[in-house]
Formats: sequence, C-alpha cells, structure tokens
Amino acid sequence: MRYVDEFRDPAHARVLLQRVRERMALPALRQRHPVRIMEVCGGHTHTIFRHGLEALLPAGLELVHGPGCPVCVLPRERIDDCVAVAAHPGVILATFGDALRVPGTRASLQQARAEGADVRIVYSPLDALALARAHPQREVVFFALGFETTMPATALTVLQASRERIANFSLLCHHISIVPTLQALLEDKDVQLDGFIGPGHVSMVIGSHPYEFIAHRYQKPFVIAGFEPVDILQSVLMLLSQLAAGEACVENQYARVVAEGGNRQALAAVSEVFELREHALWRGLGDIPRSGMRLRQTYAAFDAERRFGLFDMAESVAPEPASACCDQVLKGCCQPKQCPLFGSECIPEHPVGALMVSSEGACAACYQYRR
Amino acid sequence: MRQLVETLFAEAFDNPYLAKMEDQARLDLSALQAVGDRLAFATDSYVIQPLEFPGGDIGRLAVNGTVNDLAVGGARPLFLSCAFIIEEGLPLPLLQRIVRSMADAAREAGVKIVTGDTKVVPRGQADGLFINTSGVGVIPKGCELAATRCRPGDAVLVSGTLGDHGAAILNARGELGLESQWSSDCQPLHGLVEQMLARCSQVRALRDATRGGVAAVLHEFAQASACSMRLFEAALPVRPEVRGVCELLGLDALHFANEGKLVAVVAAEQAQALLAAMQAHPAGHEACIIGEVLAGPAGQVQILTGMGSERLLDLPTGELLPRIC
Ligand code: SF4
Repeated sequence: MRYVDEFRDPAHARVLLQRVRERMALPALRQRHPVRIMEVCGGHTHTIFRHGLEALLPAGLELVHGPGCPVCVLPRERIDDCVAVAAHPGVILATFGDALRVPGTRASLQQARAEGADVRIVYSPLDALALARAHPQREVVFFALGFETTMPATALTVLQASRERIANFSLLCHHISIVPTLQALLEDKDVQLDGFIGPGHVSMVIGSHPYEFIAHRYQKPFVIAGFEPVDILQSVLMLLSQLAAGEACVENQYARVVAEGGNRQALAAVSEVFELREHALWRGLGDIPRSGMRLRQTYAAFDAERRFGLFDMAESVAPEPASACCDQVLKGCCQPKQCPLFGSECIPEHPVGALMVSSEGACAACYQYRR
Repeated sequence: MRQLVETLFAEAFDNPYLAKMEDQARLDLSALQAVGDRLAFATDSYVIQPLEFPGGDIGRLAVNGTVNDLAVGGARPLFLSCAFIIEEGLPLPLLQRIVRSMADAAREAGVKIVTGDTKVVPRGQADGLFINTSGVGVIPKGCELAATRCRPGDAVLVSGTLGDHGAAILNARGELGLESQWSSDCQPLHGLVEQMLARCSQVRALRDATRGGVAAVLHEFAQASACSMRLFEAALPVRPEVRGVCELLGLDALHFANEGKLVAVVAAEQAQALLAAMQAHPAGHEACIIGEVLAGPAGQVQILTGMGSERLLDLPTGELLPRIC
C-alpha cells in the first residue's frame, strides 16, 4: 500500500535505529540520560505500542505518552451531557464510535443506547447532517469531538446546515486545541521533557507556526511527525540531532502531508464558525484556559448547549480516585504500569482514569499491547 | 403471509424429508452410521444488516455458518433445520431472493434443509429478518480435532485473507463512502476440511474465524491448550482494500469477522503438506502459515511485528468501534 508500506519497511527502520543508538552515545546526549521525548498525539502512542517501538529503542531514551487523545481527555461530565441530551424524546444523538464506550459519571453512551436512547455512530459530521435531513421530525444532535483535525469538518457542516436552513440539527461542541495544553505542560515544574514529537493530523490543519514558541521560549526541539513506525523513528532521530547540536527548532518530518502554513480554507471555516471558550476542562489535567471551542453567536441556532439548556461545563468536575496516577502518567512522571490501579481496578472495560479509555490512551495501549 | 411463506419454503428447499410434511424430520440411522461413528450437532442464529451484501446474504450466511461449525469438527454436514423470524412488512421479493439463495447454498454445500419454522412478528419487533439454523453432521471414526491438542512447536495456518466479510459488511452499510468493491468471503468449508484431513494425519484443531476474527480463535486455542500463540505480522494475508478500511478506521483485520476462513493448527513436520493441501482447494488457495504454538505463557497471543519486536494481540471485546478523531 503506497504511503504505508514504505514507512513500515523493517530495513529502513533498522538503519534509523542504528543511527538513534549512535546519537544517544554522543557525549552531549550521554550526560542528559534519560532523554525524555513526549509524543503529543494519541495516534503516535498507538503506533508506538502497536509496532512495539519502545522495546527497540536504546536505554536512556524514554518516550512519554502525551495528552493528545481527544477521547482520553474527555471529562465524564461531557458524556453525562450527551446522555442527558440523548434521553430527550425525539432526539437522535450522532457520535463518532470513539466516544461510545467512554464512561460518564453514571453511564456511557453505549449503555444509554442499550437503555433505549437513539445513539448512532457516524463517520463524519456530514453523516449526522444527512440524518437530520432524512428525519425532519426528529432532533439530530452531533457530538462534535476532537482537536483541529476534526474541527474543519464540523465547521463546514454547520455552514452547510446554515445554508440549507436545517432546523433540526445541532452540535454538542467539545472541540479542543492542543497548543494551550502543551504550554500548560511546559509551565509545569514536575514535567521534565527534552523534546516533542508533534501531532501530524492537527498540524495538517494549523501548520507548523503555532508551535514556534515551544522552540523559542522553552528551548525544546519539536518535530511534526507522520504515523508510521519509520516516521516516528525518523522524528526521534531528528530530535536527538537537535539536542546533540544544542539547537531547538520546529521541524516537519511529515512534509508529505503537512504544509508549513496549514490548510487556509479549513482554518477560515473554523474561525468563521467557532470561538474560544474562556475555560475548558480536560480529564486528568483540569481547567486549561482558552483551550476549548464553542459556536459563535451567529450560529447559536446550532448550539445544543443552548437548545437543551446545558450550563457551562467548566463548572463542576468529579475527581479521579486518589490512588489513580493519571496526571502523573500524562505528565510523564510515571509509567502506566506503576499506577496501583493498572490492570486491576482500571482496565479498558471499566476504566477508572481517562488514559484507559481509548486504545490511544497510554494506559489502554500499554494494557492492550504490553501488559 | 404465513401460507405464502410456507409454500415458498417448501418449493425452494424441496426434498423427500420435507415433503413428508410431518412435524419432524426422520433421519435414517443406518445411513448416518455408514459415514462415521459420532453425530455432530450445532446451532447458530443469524442477525445481520444489510440483509443482502456483496458476496452473500443472510440466507447464504445461515447455511454456510452452520455447515462450517460442523465442518471444523471434522464432521460431514448432512442436514439443517431453519427457523425464520420475519418482521411484518419485509418486502416479499427480498424474502424470495433470500430463500432461493439459501436453497442454492444448501445445494452447493450438499446439505438438506429438512425441517423449519416461520414466525411473523409485528413491525419493530425484529430487524427485518432473523434466521436460526441447526445442523447435524457425522464425524468419521478416528477424527479427533480439539483445541486442547495444540502443542508447542505446532504451526498455525489460515485458509485465506483476513477480514473480507467484516470489511464488506462495514462498507455495504454505505457509511464509509468507499467505492471499492470486494465481497464477503461467505463460503462452505467442509470440502476444504475433508481434503486437509485426508492428506494430513497430524491436524490438531480447526476453527472457523467468524465473530471476533482470527484473534478470537487464537485466544480460544491458547486458553484451551494452556500454550501461547505467536503470529508473524509480516505473514498475515490481508487484501489491500481491507487494509485500507483498517487503516482508515483504526481497526485490526485480525478482529474482523470472516465467513469462510478457518484457522488450523498442525504438527510442525506436516505444516508444508497441510499448506499444499489447502492451497490445492478453491476455498483455501490463499492459505498461509501465519504463526506457531509456544510453550507459554498459557493463554497468551503475541505478534512478532514487522519491526522485529513483540507485542500482545488483544482479545476483541464487543462491538468494533472505528476511531475517527
Ligand atoms: S491505570 Fe487507570 S487510574 Fe492508573 S493512571 Fe492509568 S488510567 Fe489512570
């Protein structure tokens, strides 16, 4: 398969691994051991576990699994909102399959569906809009979830709905942005990181400029990476080269997909439709100011929060149990297996913490592939 | 409606057992004993949307599914029962097509549908059509296939490409918007099994990889035999289109359902012979050796990745959920 197989080529991977080992042996890096690199995006976490990359890396090089899995950082209260909306008579709640098993404080959407709510899996927000067209007498609510990767499609769908004056369609908007969260991590004294593997899909939309502050202000190398094993290894090598040379800049390993300026049309649609929320809750990380999106006043008619009278979600959040180490794992201060709940109380079928929820979460990936 | 349906069935499935119009089919014991020394008896219910899909339909599935459940025990499948639960309002032409396709599938598999039942339920109480089939087959003397017999060192084979059925169904629901046309692998396997057993005496266990896919079968084998299974990722046969669906949705073809693929475990020294026997049969012409049985840890399934590292292969839980965001 083009664009996949060449980036899974074992021979190529072996060459890269050899060069990673050589870099790690350089005096400049030897004194830094352990070198800790965070892969921001859940897609990368998944690739790393699925291809068993950690086991191939030399000692002294650690991968820290970051917060970039939208399902993992979804607060339970947001699922409660979805369940509550789905319980309204006449509502069809449309969601990506990703969110179906995420537990709320009482039930997941999957449980709500089993109890009779009309919850449907869609592959794109346009499918949800099609449901609204097909069922004019029903109220279709799309649970809009994800980073900048999925934001443009939601924005374009709202614009389409507005053009067609579709009255029975709305969004429960939980789009979030990864950039403020990276900044919050960098400000955190507990977090010791030497560089970042940057999110490929998000960058396809926003380009590489929004990360410049990471290199300039915080002096951390940042390499935007693709999702195949060879992409990841090559990005690790690029990061190590920067570190060895004492440099910090934003590089783009995923140039076959990511343009420096991002996707202008997509960005225009996003800023037409959405605005920043003052507050947004992240499961395991708490409130991160100006990291969430909501619909602008112009498109208020499509806002399910207003339609169903949900109050602003930043208000309340149920804490994780005290013995859970989610925040520690998220910040790279501890490995999933070091959490006392890992594999006992906390497993993918009944996750205690967010990271056990989706297979892109560090704990779930670790449980699924390593145990 | 009921009357209509019964005539439809009687015509399509026509055979001397059914024609007697008694409340039960009467099977001649001495004829059965001529084939082997044990009866195999299996049942399964079929619930699928859409009812018709590329490469098959619920009727063909209901015949082949039960035929295959018998076949992987080494049995020669002979007789089926079939029970229909029909939702009121199911279009008659659709039902006719499904019943005819079922009759064709039975003919191709060499089994007779000898008894049946129909219920029509009010709208909303069934999803179009549910079918249950039960089957009876006979196991030849000396044939002892069992998951418990897998031994360290044995080879693991699969009879063809992974996940064709699962991916075809996902695509047939029309939600993926993919143009690509490939079909479900829905087919009977007893001919293939017969050929495998005739040529190799050291086949330990067979199982058809339906729900939960090849991953689920390997977990069953690993648990039953208290061994562990190791797969070679680079050896797994997956059609490019199916791989495309998997990459797109973050799913694993090892978890996808198949409806005409089996997993076989055989003593290492007969692995090549079994492979040749499978490849010589139309239902197994894309067969591959995909792994081996290891001593332990008991119950574990591992994958040797293309990158040369090892990881676990998880047991699929419940519905396969695509990853989009
Ligand atoms: S195992 Fe569960 S509770 Fe522990 S850190 Fe991971 S997600 Fe949190």
